Amino acid sequence: MGRFIVRRLIGVVLLLIIVSAATFAVFFLGPKFVGADVARNFCGRVCNQQSLVEVKAKLGLDKPIYEQYGAYVKGVVAGRDFVTGTDTTHCSAPCLGYSFKTDQSVWFLMKDRLPITFSLAIGAALMWLVSGVAVGILSALRRGSFFDRAAMSVALAGVSLPVYFTGLVALSIFSYKLKWFVNVHYVGFTSNPALWAKNLLLPWICLAFLYAATYARLTRANMLETMGEDYIRTARAKGLPESVVIRRHGFRAALTPIVTIFGLDLGGLLGGAILTETVFGFPGVGKLAYDAIATQDLPVVLGVTVFAAFFIIMANLIVDVAYAYVDPRVRYG
Amino acid sequence: MSRIQLVRAGSLAAVLALGAAACGGSSGSKPPNNPGVSAAYNAAIGGVVNQSTKTGGTINFVASSDFDSLDPARTYYAYSWDYQRIYQRTLMMFKPVPGKAGASVTGDLADGPGKLSDGGKTVSYTLRDGISFQDGKAITSADIKYALERSFAQDVINGGPGATYLSPILVGGATYKGPYKQPAGLSSIDVSDPKKITFHLTKPFADFDYLMALPISTPVPKAADTGKNGGANYQFHVVSSGPYMIPPGGYSPGKNLTLVRNPNWKKSSDPNRLALPDKINLTEGLDSTDEDQRVLAGSADMEIEGTGVQQDAQSKILTGATLKANADNPSTGFTRYISIQQTVAPLNNVHCRRAVQYAADKVALQFARGGPVAGGDIAGQMTPPTLPSYKKINPYPSGSDNKGDLVKAKEELKLCGKPTGFSTKIATTNKGKGPAVGEALQQGLARVGIKTQIIAVDPSTYYSGVIGLPSNVKKQGLGLAVAGWGPDFPTPYGFFESIVDGRAIKPEGGNSNYAELNDPAINGLIDQAQGETDATKRNDIWAQVDQKVMDSAVYLPFVADKALTYRSPRLTNVYINDSFGIYDFVNMGVSG
Repeated sequence: MGRFIVRRLIGVVLLLIIVSAATFAVFFLGPKFVGADVARNFCGRVCNQQSLVEVKAKLGLDKPIYEQYGAYVKGVVAGRDFVTGTDTTHCSAPCLGYSFKTDQSVWFLMKDRLPITFSLAIGAALMWLVSGVAVGILSALRRGSFFDRAAMSVALAGVSLPVYFTGLVALSIFSYKLKWFVNVHYVGFTSNPALWAKNLLLPWICLAFLYAATYARLTRANMLETMGEDYIRTARAKGLPESVVIRRHGFRAALTPIVTIFGLDLGGLLGGAILTETVFGFPGVGKLAYDAIATQDLPVVLGVTVFAAFFIIMANLIVDVAYAYVDPRVRYG
Repeated sequence: MSRIQLVRAGSLAAVLALGAAACGGSSGSKPPNNPGVSAAYNAAIGGVVNQSTKTGGTINFVASSDFDSLDPARTYYAYSWDYQRIYQRTLMMFKPVPGKAGASVTGDLADGPGKLSDGGKTVSYTLRDGISFQDGKAITSADIKYALERSFAQDVINGGPGATYLSPILVGGATYKGPYKQPAGLSSIDVSDPKKITFHLTKPFADFDYLMALPISTPVPKAADTGKNGGANYQFHVVSSGPYMIPPGGYSPGKNLTLVRNPNWKKSSDPNRLALPDKINLTEGLDSTDEDQRVLAGSADMEIEGTGVQQDAQSKILTGATLKANADNPSTGFTRYISIQQTVAPLNNVHCRRAVQYAADKVALQFARGGPVAGGDIAGQMTPPTLPSYKKINPYPSGSDNKGDLVKAKEELKLCGKPTGFSTKIATTNKGKGPAVGEALQQGLARVGIKTQIIAVDPSTYYSGVIGLPSNVKKQGLGLAVAGWGPDFPTPYGFFESIVDGRAIKPEGGNSNYAELNDPAINGLIDQAQGETDATKRNDIWAQVDQKVMDSAVYLPFVADKALTYRSPRLTNVYINDSFGIYDFVNMGVSG
């Protein structure tokens, strides 16, 4: 297992280098092909030739693209300085870039917003995992019943309704009309846990509604398939109670694909729940990305992309490791 | 675009000091000496709604995004300038009053307007007694000089308009690089007396008091602008000089800004501010629709950017009597126009430009901007109606229905040698209302055979590197460019200088005179106006500038901007300040 994890970690690093290099090229090389000058993004209002030259020198944009990327990677590992004349801007490791639009390091911007995105993603993930899987199992066990049909209809609605719709509807009803959740905004867990949970409840529900629907349908399909297997019949023939058959033999086998998709979904969300954060005005990593795209703050977009890739890749790694525990047939050498 | 187009960036005479005002008692200073009015639609335009001196409570503002910068030398958003007045003081300030008077200035740190000598080339201000920073240290003229010098350091703290205005006006300004590179400073700003600041100008400049009302004259203690908290990072550690300050941890960019009372602000030194609430919260980063709903539901008091409510809220407000009574539809001071590039053939021919002027469907363009309420009134000239030099003209009438005069357009096309029309490109932004305006223009011009291709570009580079880079305009053949402009300060100079003075053309980029208008007659009139001390005569000269600009047909104005805005009924002292075209935050309070 140890060797497997080390091998995968090396793979993670290589994959991150590929993702960051590709993203870097898109943002810093791409504009050249359409005649645009990246430096103008950072040049400010009074942008004459001299200030343009200074900006290029400060950001290293006057160097070949591979040197620029090299400096970027070095910054991630050891930090870097952006120097122009007497002015030096230091960006500490891990320097995922420096936003000259906000005068802050990208890592600082993201670190500041991580608790919000984590709070949102993990809370919602727990909700959708528990509710989605539970509904899926019950639907499978009561196939064709009213509950099954009703649950799958709701699940279909959940899959179909994007979070920017459910979010606005939820705000409209529960915040603006009924005033149960007035002035929804992020409150830090450490400053007031009760308010933290209260303010997150609507976003959690909206996000969980979207994902739980998928999980319910997936769990139901897997359970139906598993419960029809020969070994389930054997287990029943051996006289095992139905609850044990379902829990130990049915659910456990049906869980493997759920774990796979859960890892990917959670990893993606930790990289930023753009729509949910934007609709509810939660200044998390997703909102940071949204604002950076709107203002063409390329270092931030690049940083968030690499960051999101990191979480997705790491989630994949964790999922692979978790397989061994979920499914006894899987062992790593 | 002046004061960053998305959001653009006054004396309470005889406001008597009462000690309780700064301490949060139950009543404050004397009410503002202004017309108090009851809540009604458009009541805050010209009147003070819910006039009060009640102190205490918390105001909850909301915004969709962060300020461009809290550094007074860097900020260029109108609402940011307006907001900084709550906790920062400047040498002069726009009068905190409604109506036309709000577009004039009064002394803030200075005890009055600048005193002119040497034929208008020397301007002196005397500072008030009792002015201090939040740490209690007295503010001296050296702190203001240092602040102004900082705005020249564009390599470290870019973004603000200070260098653009001050470089050509101050002696030695043209070559000065700011205090980080040239710590000796500008000798043309004399602060040998800590209570007095004297400026030596290269030429008389009628609007100098207005320049000193911009955030660039907010005092900055040199000691606070050093080390890791100085330079580009000063924006996260600003030192307050007004009645409020940012407490430790009170500013999280993109999230929130909290203001609490500044214990070292002395009411006796500040006749312009009431300082009513105990605390002011600003929540940033909200979705625009969510912002509207929060304000309408009463969980927030006001959206501060002043761009107007979204369509959903607009319908609710305009159809509900109660909501409508708490709304206003002010002129923002912006003119929306099409720049007709005389450097791109065949638009180098004035008749081709006039054909465009006549052919455009201004009603369609108005609706592309949001219609008469959310968009604004149809315009026939560049000068916005909020400026004192405004005299209504319409040299290119668009027919009785404002949908274009196609007969005149075709006549002009014949005169320019293109009787069947011509082809060109329309440059516009790819976000907001830009694409719709481009399409409305395209359809209008197509009616007389002017075929156009729309080039839509991201706003972040559109003004600086696409239409603001003359060589790019020519290279890409961008004959028409969608644009908008509002004054940095509410004078005709503040509006026109950047967009019509040929000497302000920036060939290397960041150019705002998109049409590259360089008419010696217009340049001469600008100089004449700035040397004229009589305001009436000065405004007459600016009206001539407006006429000449329209004669050149390089700008096609189509809308004088308006926005539908909403004020919470619990807010007190609410009015539109004509300097900003949005609500004035400086003296707001809460009723409960």
